[in-house]
This record gives sequence, structure tokens and C-alpha cells, in this order.
Amino acid sequence: MNDSTHWLLGRLDASALPFWDALQHPTTKSVVNAVIASGAASLVIIGALVVVFGLTWLRRWGWLWREWLTSPDHKKIGIMFIALALVMLARAVIEAVFMRLQQALGLDGGFLTADHFGQLFTTHGTIMVFFMAMPFLTGIINYVMPLQIGTRDLSFPVMNQISLGLTAAGAALVMISLVLAPFSTGGWTGYPSFTERAANPGAGVDYWIWAVTLSTLSSTLSGINFAVTIYKRRAPGMRWMRLPLFTWTALCTAILMVFAMPPLTVATALLALDRYLDFHLFTADLGGNMMNYINLFWAFGHPEVYILILPAFGIFSEVFSTFAGKTLYGYTALVIATLAIAVLSFTVWLHHFFTMGQSAHINAIFGIATMLIGIPTGVKIYDWMLTLFRGRIRLSVPMIYASGFIMLFVLGGLTGIVLAVPSVDYQVHNTLFLVAHFHNMLIPGLLFGMLAGTNFWFPKAFGFRLEERWGRRAAYAWIVGFMLAFFPLYALGVLGMPRRTVAFFTPAYLPWTLTAMVGAVIILLAMTCLLVQLWVSVRDRHLNAVPIGDPWDGRSLEWAVSSPPPEYNFPVIPEIHGRDAFMLEKERGKAYQVPDEYPDIVLPANSAMGVIVAVTGTAIAFGLTWYQWWLVLLAAGITLAAVITRGFCRDTTRTLPGEEVRRTHLNWLAQVRATVPIDRSQEQSCANRGLPLPPVEGAIQ
Amino acid sequence: MSALTARQTAATDAPARHPGINLGHAHREGEESREEMVFGFWVFMMSDMILFGLLFATYVTMLGGTAGGPGPKELFDMRGAFFETMLLLVSSFTFGMASLALKYRDDRRALVGWLLITLLLGLGFVAHELYDFHKMFEAGGVPSRSGFLSAFFSLVPLHGLHVSVACVWLIALLGQLAVHGLDAQTKNGLIRLAILWHFLDIVWIGIFSLVYLGGLA
Amino acid sequence: MSRRMLSNAEAQERASEQRNYLWGFALALILTLIPFGVAAYADWQPLHLYLLIGACALVQVVVHFRCFLHITLSRNKREDLQLILFTVLILSIMVGGTLWILFNLYYRMMPDMLP
Repeated sequence: MNDSTHWLLGRLDASALPFWDALQHPTTKSVVNAVIASGAASLVIIGALVVVFGLTWLRRWGWLWREWLTSPDHKKIGIMFIALALVMLARAVIEAVFMRLQQALGLDGGFLTADHFGQLFTTHGTIMVFFMAMPFLTGIINYVMPLQIGTRDLSFPVMNQISLGLTAAGAALVMISLVLAPFSTGGWTGYPSFTERAANPGAGVDYWIWAVTLSTLSSTLSGINFAVTIYKRRAPGMRWMRLPLFTWTALCTAILMVFAMPPLTVATALLALDRYLDFHLFTADLGGNMMNYINLFWAFGHPEVYILILPAFGIFSEVFSTFAGKTLYGYTALVIATLAIAVLSFTVWLHHFFTMGQSAHINAIFGIATMLIGIPTGVKIYDWMLTLFRGRIRLSVPMIYASGFIMLFVLGGLTGIVLAVPSVDYQVHNTLFLVAHFHNMLIPGLLFGMLAGTNFWFPKAFGFRLEERWGRRAAYAWIVGFMLAFFPLYALGVLGMPRRTVAFFTPAYLPWTLTAMVGAVIILLAMTCLLVQLWVSVRDRHLNAVPIGDPWDGRSLEWAVSSPPPEYNFPVIPEIHGRDAFMLEKERGKAYQVPDEYPDIVLPANSAMGVIVAVTGTAIAFGLTWYQWWLVLLAAGITLAAVITRGFCRDTTRTLPGEEVRRTHLNWLAQVRATVPIDRSQEQSCANRGLPLPPVEGAIQ
Repeated sequence: MSALTARQTAATDAPARHPGINLGHAHREGEESREEMVFGFWVFMMSDMILFGLLFATYVTMLGGTAGGPGPKELFDMRGAFFETMLLLVSSFTFGMASLALKYRDDRRALVGWLLITLLLGLGFVAHELYDFHKMFEAGGVPSRSGFLSAFFSLVPLHGLHVSVACVWLIALLGQLAVHGLDAQTKNGLIRLAILWHFLDIVWIGIFSLVYLGGLA
Repeated sequence: MSRRMLSNAEAQERASEQRNYLWGFALALILTLIPFGVAAYADWQPLHLYLLIGACALVQVVVHFRCFLHITLSRNKREDLQLILFTVLILSIMVGGTLWILFNLYYRMMPDMLP
């Protein structure tokens, strides 16, 4: 590297290429690893090229720009969040399969280098938490919550774009790190002093820091947006205790995002100061204290668990009551339990580091606080079971996920109570028991919820149902695959196998690691089933179309509008008279009415802010990672200029004439009248056009 | 009783809709979006408060981490801290006067005048703080010297950075005022900036009490 | 200098709001001067000094919230007040917990870090 290119490229040079090391030191292992890493890198490049050429070939750039990238519509932003989450999910699942493969073959070695394995578990964890789970739940809240509370958009549509832009920038950074390696090997928690510059001078940890920081900023903004929307934009009559339960969980998640993201921002920002400006906050020397990083990280990390799980609780509540055909049992108890979990989640973070060396009484107090969370969670489980009790249950795909969730989640919760006992934790901490526990919470508790939600609301978003058979196969494969992949890890943990180990020397582990490997393959199959399901559904979209918009005999307001909903959601903002607002309308025969008048509708105008932030965010983070200061300054300057210019913009809305709204709405109402309503037994047949038979009097409980 | 009823029915006694100054009935345009925006900004302030709170906590836990380097007594200068405190406090007051001018006067001169004074005080604060840091650097108080100094330099300059951003925002708003006049959006901006400004003054109470006075006591 | 024509009630409100800011400024000034003055010129025991500084700071924070940010106990602003109280709760859990945990760790393992 000479001086003339140094200002341009910073510390980026040929050694960042994934096959460079194998060219320098060709051994069997390094070549195998280089092939895998280069394969992943080429997938990223090929994927990007296919998208670019495809869009050019189909002449869809203008469409993409106008209809999606610059759209402030919460529904489109939600869909983009979910699409991003699914792409990242695919990558992280493949990484998980590689890790399982390594540990299945890992007796005395395996095929991955320790460094490569370290990058795999770090990216897997980072992606799953920050770039799969967070965008997935943000996307679903984005899509559903405004419809449920009867409003036209979030409070701050452009800020919503910026949230998406920031998350996309972080995800892009993680993807770029496959091509210009390495990523961090410090795990998704990134503990110093391993991640300090003294131990880890390369670009990997910096990639991790900036990717996570971008995601954190995004989530903070999303949290503010959701909270303000729920506080200020509820339709008239939508009192607090009439909110659908999903909206309650969205509110609690939003509040947690607002208050739990700052500790992570502090932790990563201080780590960055250590690495870039030679601060000594977490170093081993000169008065640094790395234990504070762990403390700060988990002050974020534990509420984060509930940020992830609460929306899924909300989704399951909707799914249980809809597919049991009953009103939710113990609504008030569920609301109180949700609020209690949200507050308690701030009081337990120390249980992530019981073994750090603090006094036994501190451990005991935090252990007890941890067990307390089991109480509101237990209340929820009973409420859900009692919702099902004597309901007329339809075992649709979301219900399969929900049933899998309720059983597996209780098991995971019990192991959590076990781990909350500090003396037990001392025995199994840092083993695969822990890995098994949190996957047992997050796969049934988060991922099943998100997949159930996707199957549940997909017809709302796209106007046709997802195909059931492949959906069921995917759901069962997820459940079985999960059990096979993670139950053995409990055993391995008790046997003493440490987490994050690239190789082991105890043959007794082998049967368990092999079983887990089989489970991972089944999960991969489940992913394939999801893809096939999507493909088949799109192919048969006319057969499964539900234009009327209420395919499941839904209870809350989002089912009251057409599928897909118009961009303004509601032709006229509805008035709410009780809980389960739409079911109440149907019961009283007030659904699908013509309003007296159609006022003009003011909508936010398109804006390029989200795209600008996504591009400059990626550029700033990339420049910081590789010490390309010109890029950082340039991109930061553009961001600042864009924000200030935006402040001078005055034409930020456009008006839709009421006449146009009237025409669309009357067309749809005519379609409603022309449609044959169906019985619940026909729900999964082609006869389902999204119009249920009106409820029999007295049948709704 | 009658006085009370009179007060309640008075035309200007509008219900307060958000923190910070409420413009009331004379400023109808954009009232709804204003309520929402100010509330959103308030939530952001609360998030920021957590950020500062944790940096304060980190600072306190690092007080012992001087690693043989200079500590508060060698580095801090009470007169500088006092001067900065006064600049910020007065600027908070002048921003309050600007808010009143925004609410009760039609001409922009008073508003712009108070805003310019506030801006000068804010810039003066930043400049003096930089000068203070410069003196600390000369006395060997650099962040790479010890954990204590690292904690100091991650807390206090972050506040300074906030003030700088607020100054940039103020300049941008003065620009908007020049281009678009005192329309609903400029008013919304000014009300949110006022909240940020007063909030930063509250954070500074923590800094001068805990960091400077606590360190020198 | 032209002023908007203020109605009687508006003029009253304006006067009361101006008083509000002036009171806030005066109180804040006093509450700043006391701790600075005592720290600079009086020879108090550190503990007493800390208590005085802390008390003045707390009161001053309340004054700022009340007079500059207009957070009052009146009915219509309860949302903001609730939010502040919730923030204070979360903050005290996080900050209190951090101090408790870390000083306990120092006491047991890193006595040098105890100030």
C-alpha cells in the first residue's frame, strides 16, 4: 500500500478479500475455508447483480423509486422491513447450519478455522437479533398497528423512512463484510477486552460496532414513532382498554425501544472511543473497567429480549382469539401482564453475568427478580389456553405456529427459571445449555410469532392468502427441526460443552451434536418450504384472492378494509364503540356501510430522505471501519445538508380528492355485495373471497 | 368561584397540549401536528436523558480510575465552570423571552433579537468549553491518559456536542424564518428547539454539580 | 416596535408567563450561586458540601422543568409528567443498579478503583 492510495482506501487492501489468506498460505483447511467464504461473497455479489440487472431489464427502476423507496406509506415501509428481515434470516440460517455442521464434525478439528467459526457465530447472532428480529417485528408493527387503531399513517412518516434506511444501512454493512472481510469474532455481545484494539486491531470489530449502532438508532426512532402514534392517533372512541392486544404489545415494545436502546448506544459508542481515539473506558490498563461494558450491554440486552418477544405475544393473542372464534380471555389481565413484563424487564439484567464476581446477595436479588417475570408470563399462557377452551378452533398455519409456541415456550421458560438460580447458573453458564435456553425462547417466542403473523396478515397486505399445505409443512418442519436442533444442546450443556467452541475432544458429545445437525437440516428444509409456499401462493394468487379483506373472520379494524388496503387505509376514519371493533360492527350489521360524505384526504408526500440516509449511513459506517476519512466527512456532510434542506421544505403533503376516494370505496362496496359470504369450514378453500358470513346471534362469546 | 369560572372560560386559557410553551389559540395553523411533533420530541428527550444518565453513572464509577494521572482537583477550574454555567443559564432565559415574543408579538424583530442573543450565548458556551478542554490537555488531562479522563471526555463533550447541534439548528431555523417567515413549520421548529435548549441546561446542572463541584469539593 | 393587539386576557396571560420565566431565572440563579459560593469560599466538610450541592441541583432541576419547560401538575399535561416520572424510574433502576453492581465488584476485586 503506497501513500497515494492510502488517503483513498484507508487501511483497506487486498488482504480483505476472502481468499487472500488461502493464496498466501495454502493448506487444505485454509483453502476449504476460502472456498466457503468466497462462495458466500459471490452470493452477495451475484444477488446484487441479479437485482440490478433484473430491475433494468424489466424497466422497474422508476417504479421502485416512486412506489417503494420514496414512499412514506407505513404499509410499504413495513413490507420492506419484512423483506429485509427475510433476506437476513436466510443468510443467518445458512450460517447456523454451517455451525452445526462444524460441531457435528468437530471432534478433534472439523473443517472450519477458529477465526471463520468466530465470524459465523458473531454474524449469526448479530443478524438474528438486529437485522432479522428487529426489522421483522418493526415491519409487522409498522403494517398492522396503524390499521388496528384506525389511522392513516404513523405520526412521523419520513422518520419511519429514516428508520428503515438506518436498518438497511446496517444490514448492508454486514453483507459487505462478506466481500471485504473480516467481520468481528467477538460474538454478538462484543465483550472487551477481546474487542479492544490491543487484542483485535482489524476491521472486524469496527464493522460490528457500526452495524449495531445503525440498528440501534433505527430502533430508537421506530420506538418513538410507534409510541407517539399510539398515544396521539387513535381513532375517536379507541380508548386505551379497547386497543387490540397486538397494539398494546406494540406500545410496550415501543416504550422499551425508547428506553432500552440508549444503554447499547452508550456501550458501543464508548467501545468505539476506546478503539478510535485511544480512550480507556474498557481497556485492561490505565484505569479502564471492562465490567462496565458488560453491565451496560445487558442493561440494554435484557429489555431487548422483551422487545423481541412482546410483539409475538400480541400476534399470538390475535391468532388465538381469531382462530378460536372467541373474544380474548382475560383481556385486562393480559394488558396488565404485558405492562408488568415491560417494567420488570428493566430489573433483571444482572442475570446475564451472575458469574462476574459480585456478592451473592446481589445475585440472589436479581435471581428473584428474574423469576418474578415468570408470573405475568404464566398469566398470559393461561389466558391463551382459556381463550382456546371451548372455542371452535381452526388449525390453520398461524394456529400451528401458535400451538408449537405455547408448548415449547413453556419449556424454554422453565429452563429460564432454572438458569435464574445463581448456583445453577454457575454450573452451566457459558455452556450450550444457555444457547439452548435462549434459542428455546426466541425461536418459538419470536420467530414463530413473526411467521404466524406473516401467514395471518399476508392476505391483508397482498390481497391473496398464502398457500396452506406448504405453510403447514414449513410450520411442522420448524417445530420438529427446532426440537431436534436445540434439545440436544441442553444435554450438551449439562455435559459441560462450552458455547462458541470450534472443536472438542470428548467423544460423548458426538451423538448430540449429530442430532442437532439433523435438526439444523430440517430447519433448512423449513426455510425451503417457506420459499416454495411463497412461490406457489404467488402462482395461484387469483385462486386464493381475498379482495374483500376479511379472510379469517377477523376481529380488529384492519380486517374492515379491502385487501390490499388503499394507501389512505380508511376512506373515513371509523368511530370505535368497543373492544374487537370490527367484530362488533359485523355483529350489529354495521360493517361495509356507505359513509355520509367523503372528505378530502391529506397524505404525506414522497420523500427521498430514507434513501439518502441509507446510502450515507452505509458510507459513513464503511468509511469509519476502513479509516477512509474523506468518505466519512463527505457522507456526514451530505446527511447534514439533507436534514437542513428538509427543514426548508414546505410541500410535504399532498391531497387526495374525496371524489376519488368515494369512487374507489363504492366500487369495493359493490364488490362486497356481489361476493358470496362463506362459512368458517370453507375458510381454506378457494371459495374464501374474504367475506365471512355474518355472525349468528349469540355465537360470539 | 366566579373568578375561577372566568379564568376557565377566558379565550386564551387553552388547555396545555404539550411541554414547553403552548402557543394557544392565536396560532391555530398546524396545532394538531404541533402537539404530535412536540410530544415525539419530548419522548426523544427522555431517551436522551437515559443516555446522559448512564454516562453520569459511568463517570462516577470511573472516578477511581485515574491510574496515577491527574484528577479533578488538578484539572478542573471552578471559574471556567461557573462562567459556562452562567452563559447557559442566561441563554435559557433569553430563549424563554424568544418564546414569549413568538407567542405574543407579530413582528419578528423581537423574536430574532432574542434568538440571536441566545445563539451568541450558546456559541460562547461551546467556545469557552473548548478553551477549557484545551487547558486541560495542556495540563496533561488527555482522554488517553486514564479511565477517569476517558469517562470525563465521553460525558462533558457530548453535552457540548448537543449544544453545538442546537446552535446549528437555531441557525437553520433563522434561515427558515428568513425564507418562509413565521409559518406553522418554523414555529414548530422553534418550540422543539426551545425544549432541547432548556433540556440541555438541565443536563448541565448535573454536569456542574456532579463533575465540577463534586470533583472540587 | 409593533405588538399584536392583545386582548385583556391575553395580556394577563403574557404577564403571568413572563413572571414565570423571571421567577425561574431568579431561582435558578440563586440555586447555582449557593453551591458555587459555598464550594469556593466556605470551608465545609465534604459530606455536607455534597449534600448541599445535590439538594440544590435537585431543586434546580425541578425549577427548570416547572418554569422553563412548563411541566406542571395540572391535569392536561399529565402525559408529559407521567413520561418524566417513568423515565426517572427507569433511570434510577439503571443508574442505581450500575453503581451498586460496579462498586460491589470494585470492593471485592478492584479496591484501587474505589475513589
